[in-house]
Amino acid sequence: MTKLIYFSSISGNTHRFVQKLGVEATRIPLYARDPAITAEEPFVLLTPTYGGGGEGGAVPKQVIRFLNDANNRNLIRGVIAAGNTNFGEAYGIAGDIISSKCKVPTLYKFEVFGTPDDVSVVHDGLESFWQTH
Amino acid sequence: MTITDKVNAAANDPAHQGRIPLVSQVNAINWNRIQDEKDVEVWNRLVNNFWLPEKVPLSNDVQSWNTLTPEEQQLTMRVFTGLTLLDTIQGTVGAVSLIPDAITPHEEAVYTNIAFMESVHAKSYSSIFSTLASTPEIDDAFRWSVENPNLQKKAEIVMNYYRGDDPLKRKVASTLLESFLFYSGFYLPMYWSSRAKLTNTADLIRLIIRDEAVHGYYIGYKFQKGLEKETEERRQEIKDYTFNLLFELYDNEVQYTQDLYDQVGLTEDVKKFLHYNANKALMNLGYEPMFPKTVTDVSPAILSALSPNADENHDFFSGSGSSYVIGKAVNTEDEDWDF
Repeated sequence: MTKLIYFSSISGNTHRFVQKLGVEATRIPLYARDPAITAEEPFVLLTPTYGGGGEGGAVPKQVIRFLNDANNRNLIRGVIAAGNTNFGEAYGIAGDIISSKCKVPTLYKFEVFGTPDDVSVVHDGLESFWQTH
Repeated sequence: MTITDKVNAAANDPAHQGRIPLVSQVNAINWNRIQDEKDVEVWNRLVNNFWLPEKVPLSNDVQSWNTLTPEEQQLTMRVFTGLTLLDTIQGTVGAVSLIPDAITPHEEAVYTNIAFMESVHAKSYSSIFSTLASTPEIDDAFRWSVENPNLQKKAEIVMNYYRGDDPLKRKVASTLLESFLFYSGFYLPMYWSSRAKLTNTADLIRLIIRDEAVHGYYIGYKFQKGLEKETEERRQEIKDYTFNLLFELYDNEVQYTQDLYDQVGLTEDVKKFLHYNANKALMNLGYEPMFPKTVTDVSPAILSALSPNADENHDFFSGSGSSYVIGKAVNTEDEDWDF
C-alpha cells in the first residue's frame, strides 16, 4: 500500500497529475464491480471535483465509497483536490468537503492535470509533509 | 414594412456563410445503453447548471452603471458585443458542426445542449444591454462589432476551421474558443466586480464562465478520445496545428486586447489572464501548458472575483502548516455523503 491514494475518472486528468508526480500511488477503482481498496497506512487522498457548484455531487461516488470504510477514514491525513477556477466558489470543493468531513487539512488545489509548478510544489510538499506526520 | 438592418440581417449570421453538414443517419437514441459514461455525466452536469438571464436581477446594476464614465460604458458595451459574437458563432455553427463527427448518439445530444446554452449566453448580453443602455448605444456597439478588424478576424479564423473537413481540427478550434477566446472579454466584468461595480452583471457572467468550463472540458475530452485512434504521424500533425492555431489566435487576441483596454491601462493584466486561460485550453486538449507562471500571474483581485475561494490559501505546503489539528474522523453513513 502507498501513501498517496487517488481517484481519476476516464478522462484521466488526475491520473496524469499523479504520473507527473512520479511517486508510487494507488488508484481507487472506477467501477463498483472492481474489488474495493483498503488503506494500510496513513495516506493523502487526491481527488477531482465534480459538478460545478450548488447541486451536489462534487465528491466522486467512488471516493465516497472508499471513505465510507471507517478504516480508510481513520488513516486519511490530508486531501488534495483538482478543479477549475471557472466554477467560482465551488473550485476544488471536493477537497473542502472531505476536509471538514474527515477533519484533515486541504493541502493543495490545482486545475485540470496541473502545471509543472503545481507538480513540483506537491511533490516536495508531500515529502516534507510525511516527515512530520 | 421591410426593415433593412445590415448588422442583423440573417444573411450575415454565421450559419448562412457556408454549409454545415448533417449527420447522415440517425437511430433512436437509447439512454439505457451508454457507450461513454462521460456523455451522461456531462449531460447531467449541464442540465443541473441550466439558468436563464431572467433569474439575475440585472436592474440592480443601473445605479452602478451610471457611475462609469462614458468611455468605460462604451468599453463595456464593446466587450459584450464581442462576447455576443463568439457565443453566436458557437451556438449556431461551432457546437452544431461537431454533431456529425460525434462517436455516440449521446455525444450528439450533449452538443445540442451546448449549442442551446450558447444561444442563451448570446441572448443574455442583450438582457444586459436593454437593462443598462439606450437603443442608440446598443446599435452603436453592435456596429463596432462588425467594424472592428481584430474581432472580425477572430471570428473568421474560427469559422474557417468549422467549415473545414477535419473533425479533430474542428474540436481544437472549438475548445480554443470555449477555453481561450472568451477571456479577453470575461476579464472586464471580473474587473468591475472586483471594484464593487456591476456586481449582478458579474454574477451572470460567472454563470457563463462556469458553462464554458464544462464545454471546453467535454469537447477537449472528445478530442483526446478521437486522437487516441490516430497514427503517431497524424498526432504530430494535429499537435503542430493546435499550437499554430493558438499562436495565430493569440497574436490577434493581443491586438484585440490593445484595441479595447489600452485606453484604460489594463492591457498587460488582461494579457496575463489570456496566458492563464490559454494554458487551461491546452490542458483541456491534453497538451502541456506553454506559458510559464511568470506571465500567468493575474492580479489577485481578478482571480478572487472569478473564484472567491481562490484568495484563500490553497497551498498548505508553502504555509507554516502548524495551525490545524487533525481531528478524529466521525462515523459516516452513506446518507452523510449524499451531498
